[in-house]
Amino acid sequence: MSTTVIAEPPGHEVPAGSRVNYLNANYGVKSWLFTTDHKRIALLYLGSITLMFFVGGFFAVMMRLHLIEPQGALVAPETYNKLFTMHGVIMVFFFLVPSIPATLGNFLVPMMIGARDLAFPRLNLLSWYIYIIGAAFTLYAVISGGVDTGWTFYTPYSSTFSHTSVIPTALGVFITGFSSILTGLNFVVTIHKMRAPGLTWFRLPLFIWAMYATSIIFILGTPVIAITLFLLFLERVMHIGIFDPAIGGDPILFQHLFWFYSHPAVYIMILPGMGVMSELITCFSRKRIFGYSFVAFSSLAIAIISFLVWGHHMFVTGQSIYAGLIFSVLSFLVAIPSAVKVFNWTATLYKGSISYDAPMLYALGFIGLFTMGGLTGLFLASLATDVHLNGTYFIVAHFHYIMVGGAVMAYLGGIHFWWPKITGRLYPDGWARFAALVIFVGFNLTFFPQFMLGYLGMPRRYAVYPSEFQVLNVMSSAGASILGIGYLIPLIYLLWSIRYGPVAGPNPWRAKGLEWQTPSPPPTENFEEIPIVTEDAYDYAGVTGAGRG
Amino acid sequence: MSAHIVPVKTYAAIFIALLVLTALTTAVAFVDLGPLNTVVALTIAVIKMLLVILFFMHVKYSSGLTRIVIVAGFFFLAILVSLTLADEFTRGWTPNPGAWSTIVRLLHGLP
Amino acid sequence: MAEMAAQGAHPEGFAHQFEDMEQQREAGSLGMWVFLVTEIMFFGGLFATYIIYRSLYLPSFEIGSRLLNVKFGAANTAVLIGSSLTMALAIHAAQAGKKKSEQVMYLVLTMILGAAFLFLKFNFEWRADYAEHLIPGFGFIIRSEWGAAGPHVPLFFCFYFFMTGLHALHMIIGFGILSVLTVMAWRGRFNSEYYAPLEISGLYWHFVDIVWIFLFPLLYLIGGRYVMGGQ
Repeated sequence: MSTTVIAEPPGHEVPAGSRVNYLNANYGVKSWLFTTDHKRIALLYLGSITLMFFVGGFFAVMMRLHLIEPQGALVAPETYNKLFTMHGVIMVFFFLVPSIPATLGNFLVPMMIGARDLAFPRLNLLSWYIYIIGAAFTLYAVISGGVDTGWTFYTPYSSTFSHTSVIPTALGVFITGFSSILTGLNFVVTIHKMRAPGLTWFRLPLFIWAMYATSIIFILGTPVIAITLFLLFLERVMHIGIFDPAIGGDPILFQHLFWFYSHPAVYIMILPGMGVMSELITCFSRKRIFGYSFVAFSSLAIAIISFLVWGHHMFVTGQSIYAGLIFSVLSFLVAIPSAVKVFNWTATLYKGSISYDAPMLYALGFIGLFTMGGLTGLFLASLATDVHLNGTYFIVAHFHYIMVGGAVMAYLGGIHFWWPKITGRLYPDGWARFAALVIFVGFNLTFFPQFMLGYLGMPRRYAVYPSEFQVLNVMSSAGASILGIGYLIPLIYLLWSIRYGPVAGPNPWRAKGLEWQTPSPPPTENFEEIPIVTEDAYDYAGVTGAGRG
Repeated sequence: MSAHIVPVKTYAAIFIALLVLTALTTAVAFVDLGPLNTVVALTIAVIKMLLVILFFMHVKYSSGLTRIVIVAGFFFLAILVSLTLADEFTRGWTPNPGAWSTIVRLLHGLP
Repeated sequence: MAEMAAQGAHPEGFAHQFEDMEQQREAGSLGMWVFLVTEIMFFGGLFATYIIYRSLYLPSFEIGSRLLNVKFGAANTAVLIGSSLTMALAIHAAQAGKKKSEQVMYLVLTMILGAAFLFLKFNFEWRADYAEHLIPGFGFIIRSEWGAAGPHVPLFFCFYFFMTGLHALHMIIGFGILSVLTVMAWRGRFNSEYYAPLEISGLYWHFVDIVWIFLFPLLYLIGGRYVMGGQ
């Protein structure tokens, strides 16, 4: 294909509409729905994922409104069960799992390695269609009465007793799993085979290492939940005794199969965020990453060890104590590579020349909140304390600190960081920083009280609670409303900036990385000439300590 | 995967070997070897699989990356099976309540 | 784009996200191997569940296993192994630059053998199972001679039909892929320079053969056949 690209010297800003780029190369719905350009597919995902985020967020708002009264303020208990289930299913499978990989990953992986596209562009488009079909099944389940099994679909309730739309939901998740598998496959092959000349593994941006590690989990874990949901479907339809104890099945087996994927899945949700973190911290400290190979290998270590710890979700289910022992020790092990990363980011900040742009505010928030979430995970990995804390709001707070305080903040930081590259526009910086602060405050007000509630014994997934917990619950709900507003603000100004934001140059952050050596927005084929790489990653001016750039 | 062309004779030999192993495993099934029946059947299956992988799928002539990918797949499957079975088989074991105090006494040199 | 033209025209089938055919071939092959790993985990989860229930309900599973027709099972194993041979020979024919008619012949033979497998399974084994009321959900009858192990025999047959059914589904998909390849071969698309689609599809087909190599002993052979003599 030949597009006329007017090569521009770096920093020379040409009005966005007058140069051919991937956004204006073709017009029309068909050019988007049948595109094979990884950048357009990333935007297709961005739109769909944002929609699912707000659907899942709607259920969260309903839950928090309901919980301002000890006897429940809003809905019947049966409905509350559906609210927390739908919130979980949608947020886990349709927002968090695809979020960074399908949007930023799809957009950036080829660009960061100096390639023109992913290895299999048509598979990439198929991935998105599969995601949409899975989402459609699940949304159908929502409007046809919802599901009340919890996002974990534990049997025998989900296989035998629940009268809600289990099958459409399970089918939706099953189908969407294939979207993840294909994305992971695409990334692995692309990273192995399509790096630009001179781009050795140890010169890769750490975001690529993170995408690679995430893809390993996509490939090895997702098929297992696929077969598990299929067995659940069979059991629900045919009642043959795979998971129903009354007819000889083993419900714990369901949990083993379910968590074999779902534990590594939580690392699918955090590893890409960690990759974004390495990019943000280095750019906004104007410093090389501290301990590059440690951070790179820790991504792989997290991916591999994540497959060995799933039983820590089952300590109190009747699993063998001896298996519990093994899983507990291994769970302590998996914390180590995560801690390594936090130490390395902090060391990168030390004596760096730090600027507090919005992406950096999200990154700094991530370090604090992810650390808290991670440390509280150790409480839960310890068998004895888990007996007390399991099934309480402590767990809810733990994983929200990681998923929302960690993954979502990294996602927003990444969206803001690469927004000029993706759209060719700058967003209003003041609003962006304000929103980041609102989100930080709202988040902590929502979820910190939940640590206390859990420690004091308030169970999760309950529609009512003892009245002595009301103050903390009201605090949490107040925080949730602030958080909700905080999420709406970027939605508004980011959309606004597409039309009215100042035009961005190729590299507004003066960042390192091949993606910043292209115009903003990039042309369809990414690079006129495939670059030859000679420097290490994050080759910011100034050695350690002299970071005034 | 390289441009190495495997000779037809090799393919034919592997084919014959696979048929022989199939006949063997079927015949052994009718002989009472107790628990060894399962071991023999699975061993023969693994050998047949290796013959297909190495020769029909050309892994004998493939890069290290291909081999790591295959090994990784089987390794993680083994993790799934073994840790799940570890739970299933040890669920019935009851811990000895006196074990910890016994250990403490031993460490302190007490009777 | 100019420098790519300078390197000489790329062969038919070249995809432009790649730098050259070699990179495309390697990427395609790695992609198929990664996909097969996902299939290992997919079938593997099923095998894991089967193993666990077999250990929990061994007498029922042995009864069920002995009710399977080992003659057809073994015959089908031989048929699939033959189809792997013909698939390898089809790739060999292209690699060695043989005439397209030879490539087409081996591909068609592979399809015939694959179809024979499905025919033996569906028309003989499964029809007999239906007639003998051994298909759960389709009039399964628990026989009194199974005694105390009776209630869990349907579970064995659930696994049997689900595992062989999933395998058969993969074979049908493989059949579709082979049809496309046969048409491409007939049009002379493959030669000693370009045969990657054959190689990659061959990997898939051999994988499906390997799944059966494990299904056959796990379902048909380890049920203590020496006790009842089998069929």
